[in-house]
This record gives sequence, structure tokens and C-alpha cells, in this order.
Amino acid sequence: MTATRRRLPALVTAAVAAAAVAWVLFLAADTPAGTALDNPGTFMVTALDAVTFAGLLFVAASGFTLIFGLMRTVNMAHGSLFLLAAYVAIGVQQAMLGKTRNIEPSEVSLVDWLVPMLVGATVAALAGMVIQQVFLQWNEGQELRQALITLAITVVLADQMLREFGGLAQRMVWPGSVTHFIEIFGQRYATTRLFMLGVAVVIGVLLWLWLNKTRLGLVVRAGVDDRQMVRGLGINIRVVFAVVFFAGAFLAGVGGVLGASFSGAAPGTDGSWLLNSLVVVIIGGLGSIKGAAAGSLLYGTVVAFSPAYLPTQYSYYAIILTFGLLALVLAVRPYGLYGRPA
Amino acid sequence: MRTGSSMLNWRAASLALAVVVLAALPTVASAFFINFVMTQTLMMGLAAATIVFLAKYGGMVSLAQFLFFGVAGFMYGNAALEVGSRGLNLGLPPWTAVGFALIVTTVAAFLLGALASRTTGLYYLMLTMVYAVIGYFVFAQVTEISGPSGITSIERPDELAAPVSLYYTALALSVLAYIGFRALGRTAFGLALQGVRDDPVRMASLGFNVPLHRTLAFTLGGFVAGLGGLVNVWWNGQIDPASIGIGPTLVLLIIAVIGGVSYFEGAWLGAFVYVAMFTYLRDLPLVDRIGITEARFNTVIGVVVLLIMVLSPQGLAGIADRFRRRLSDRRRPVAETSDRSEGASHRAQSIDK
Repeated sequence: MTATRRRLPALVTAAVAAAAVAWVLFLAADTPAGTALDNPGTFMVTALDAVTFAGLLFVAASGFTLIFGLMRTVNMAHGSLFLLAAYVAIGVQQAMLGKTRNIEPSEVSLVDWLVPMLVGATVAALAGMVIQQVFLQWNEGQELRQALITLAITVVLADQMLREFGGLAQRMVWPGSVTHFIEIFGQRYATTRLFMLGVAVVIGVLLWLWLNKTRLGLVVRAGVDDRQMVRGLGINIRVVFAVVFFAGAFLAGVGGVLGASFSGAAPGTDGSWLLNSLVVVIIGGLGSIKGAAAGSLLYGTVVAFSPAYLPTQYSYYAIILTFGLLALVLAVRPYGLYGRPA
Repeated sequence: MRTGSSMLNWRAASLALAVVVLAALPTVASAFFINFVMTQTLMMGLAAATIVFLAKYGGMVSLAQFLFFGVAGFMYGNAALEVGSRGLNLGLPPWTAVGFALIVTTVAAFLLGALASRTTGLYYLMLTMVYAVIGYFVFAQVTEISGPSGITSIERPDELAAPVSLYYTALALSVLAYIGFRALGRTAFGLALQGVRDDPVRMASLGFNVPLHRTLAFTLGGFVAGLGGLVNVWWNGQIDPASIGIGPTLVLLIIAVIGGVSYFEGAWLGAFVYVAMFTYLRDLPLVDRIGITEARFNTVIGVVVLLIMVLSPQGLAGIADRFRRRLSDRRRPVAETSDRSEGASHRAQSIDK
């Protein structure tokens, strides 16, 4: 009896997942996409949308979760750093090309995209490190105070970025060499999304190598498990904190540049990407890179599939499915898929 | 014992004085000050007081309180209007619509609270922030209940037709909430809730249902925030999704933080400071020269919150409290002060943790 009760959330989750698969495969006839068996092309495209968007989510959320994992700091300014890098990169790209409007992808070489990305992400990383050194270093362990401090910084940064960069949406231009369309089951698909996924995979692999194959990564992983012990072993954890905050903010910046190329940058982008990062880490579990990957995939799947596979007159309700995903995961695991109680 | 009862008298006296002054205010102050500044202060303070209630007794910092503020407004609009291009247009009588709005708000708060009841601390903050943003999207996208441009020309009940009656409504609700929340802290439920805040594992092993206590506290917070939301929708005559977006949600938290997140009076104090700054800052001489015009208002507010969080996380009410204690300590023998400062530092922990 009690065993069934304890397993109930997991059983419900399995049932919901099975129902969703059955719906997409056989029943979704009255939807914009049609059932997966009738319209395999649409299904493939939606699945690719899900995975590529998940790549962007992972880049943005991994920095957030990296910082939390080591320092227990919820960096509410993550979205601001994301947007700051986007604006800086757009400015650098426009300066490199010598014009501010009507930039065609064919004019943009790979260098004209990569250099602005690195500059933007570095600016975000430096800004993040300044925030950490000035506002977060001396109140370590006061989690709520740190969250509110970074929230206040977000308010200030959002207002100052509005003053500096204006209220109009701006866009980073993908390099021409990756801007093509390919055919998938008779559907045109933009290769820029695949390029975005590629960048995300490279970032993910580099992150994995850094954390698992280097000495600093070893210290970081040890610090996630037990900060006091690392300190007791004579390692200067303050330096490690600064480096990790730099890396986390750098990841936010790379995410910002990808996001600006993918969907543009405007006031409000900071808030929506803070939200995206929060949803990913709440699903995946705070502080876990593995969780960030899993959370990105799940959230990306729901975001891509719900507008396509909801009945046409209900496609406005897609946002509620995101909420449903959150509710399901939290009902089964209150600290997220790979999370542990703080 | 003696200090305890004199504290109580001091509080009761200052509360009575505040109520008398606020009730008499419309006879001396300008209509703009009453109907704009003070009415807004009282209803924002009422909503912010629910953040304080949850943070102080339950250790739960909730960003969803402004969502319930909005849900009540939207539901009142949906229920009260008879015709209109958007919304349900139920056409209920005004007071039935009030009941409908409060029931929906309370049920929503119960369900969301139950979902969040096993999380604590930062997770709670993040989860309720997600609630707030998703709530915004729900109202912005689901055209049956609102849609992007919201619900307009919402009439208030005939009994509240005079503008000043909204001020008195907000004042009465605020006083009730202040007294009620303080009294609740001494009831069995309130004490258990504070036990849950301090040590959930021990409370669970003593047989208390920890998630249920958190859920019920969140439900009550949502209900009271909904009362504030009703006054707001009567005051505005309309409500749209942008008014419950992430910006206003943060404003409410900022109000609670400015006032002091573990002092009930801080909620109204913070609301007054915020509304007064928002209203009068641009009228100050020379302010436009140094760049603090209305457009840069958020920078000013952000810097104020940043300073408060860096210098004194207990906010304005905390600073006043510390000042008052220092004054009264000077008049008392030293031995008595130790346990009182312990109480203050314990209270301070609720945010420093």
C-alpha cells in the first residue's frame, strides 16, 4: 500500500510520458503538425528544433548551474550578463563590418562572428567577476542576501542597457558559410540551427574536459562536494571562486551571443533568459551539469513540440505544458532530476 | 515579563496612533495624495505584507504574491463584466464577483503552494519566480480569460463609488491584515509554522505535516494578496498582463526588501517609500540634470535596494528597530539587553541564512 503510494508520482509520470508519445505518434491528427506517422518530416523538423534549442538552453543554463554548484550563489544577474554579451557582440560585429544595418549573412565571414562572440563573452565574464568580487565575495553563505543583491544589480543593469543600447530589437548576423537550407524529409531546414547545436556541443565537451580532466576541474568538483574540506587542504578557494564565476559568466555570454544570432536581443531578453535558465536548472537540479543537459533536453522538447502538436485552437496553451513539465518533475523529485538538498 | 508587556503596549499604542492619523488624513491632505499616493501605498503594502508573512514565519521567500494580486483582479474583471470583446463576461453581481475572484485566487494559491511545499530556501524563490512569469504568459496568451491587452472598463461595486472609499477599504484591509498576521504568529498554527521554518526535520518527526503547513501558509498569503488585488482592480478600472509581469513582481519584492523583509510594518513603509519616490522624484529640482529622470528611475531603485542589501539586509524597519533598541538600551541596565539582541540577531538570520 505505502509502496504504491510512494511510487504514485513516478507511475503518473510514466503514464503521462506514454500518453504524450502515443498522442504524437497516432492521435495528433487535428494539430498543425499532424501525427508523426502521417507526417514524418514535420516530426523530424520538430525534433531537430527541440534538440537545437536545447543546445542554446544548455549553454545559458550551464553557467548558472556551475556557479551555484560551487558557491551556492543564485546569480539572478545571469540574464543581464547574457544580454550584455549580446549587445557588445552586435556592436563589435557592426564595427568589424563597418555598417549598422542591412547586413547580409553573405558579407559575414566566420571570423566576423567568432571574434564578436569571444569579445562579448569576455566582457560578460569580466562584468560577472567584478560583480562577484565587489558584491558576493564577502557575504559567502548568505544565499538569500546574495540572490537579492544580484536581483538589484539586474534592475540597474537592465535600465542602464536600455539607456545605452536603446529599446529596439537588434540582431547578430550568422556567418554566411553556415546560412543555408537543407532538405529533411522534404522539409527545408536552416543549417544555422545545426551550427548553434554544434557550438553548444563543443562548449559542453570543453566544459566536461575542464571539469573532469584538469587539476582545476578536480578542485571545482571537490569544492562542490565539500568547500570546507577543500579549504582545509590548503587550496585558495577564493581564487577558484573567482575563476568559476568568470567561467559561468563567460558561458552566459556565449549563450547571449548565440541567442542574439538566433532570435535577437532586446530589453526583456535578460528576464526571459533568466527564466529559461531557472526552468532548466529547476528541472535538472541546481548545481549539476548533467542536470542542466537533461533539463535543457526536456524543456527544449516541450517548447518545440507543444505548439506543433496541440490541437490548432489550443496552441495558445503551449506555455501551460511547460508548467505541467515543471509540476511533474517536482512532484517526483523536489530538488530536480540530478539535484540534492542544498 | 515587564519588558514584554511594555513592548506590547508600545506596539498597540503606535498602531492605534497610526490608524487614527491615517483615518483622519483625508480631511487634511490633498485628494491626489490620498487617492493616488496613499491608496497605492496601502494596497501594495498589503500585498508586500504577504511576502513578509511567508518569509518571517515560514522562511519562504515568495515571488508569486503579485501573481495572486493579479489573478484576483483578472477574475473579478472576468466575473463582473457582462459584455466585452475579451474575457469570460460572466455578468455576476459585483459582490458575487468578489467572492468568485477570491475563491479562484485561493484555490490557485493552494494548488501552487502544494506543488512548492516540499522545496525550501532558494528553490522556493526560483520556483515562485517561475510561477510569476508563467502566470504572466497564461494571461497574455489565453484569450478566454484576458489576452495581451487585458480587460478594460471594470466597474467597482456601487458602495465604493466615491474615490476616497477605496482608500478606507485599503486601510481597513491593511489594519486587519497587520493585526491578523501578528496574531497568527502566536496561534498553534503560527507557532508550528515557525517551527517548520527553523527545523523541518524535527517538526516532521514530532508528527507535524510539514508540507501541509507550508501549503496553508501560502494559501493564506495568496488570499490576502488577492484582497489587495481587488482594491487594485477597482482603483485602476482595468488590468492587463503587463501589469503582473516580471517587472512589477520584482517591484513587490523590492518594496518588502526596502521596508525590511522580517517586519510587517516594513511592508507598508517600503510601499510608501517606493510610491513616493516614483511619484515625486522627478519633481525635485536639478534631478533631471544628473540624469535621474523618470526613465532612469529603475537605476535609482536598484541602487537603493543594492545599498540596503549591502549595508543592512533588515531594511528601513530594521534600521528603525535597531535605533529604537539602542535608545531604550541606554536607559536600561546592561544585563537585560543581552537576550533582546539575541532575539534581534535571530530575526536577522531569517534573511542572512
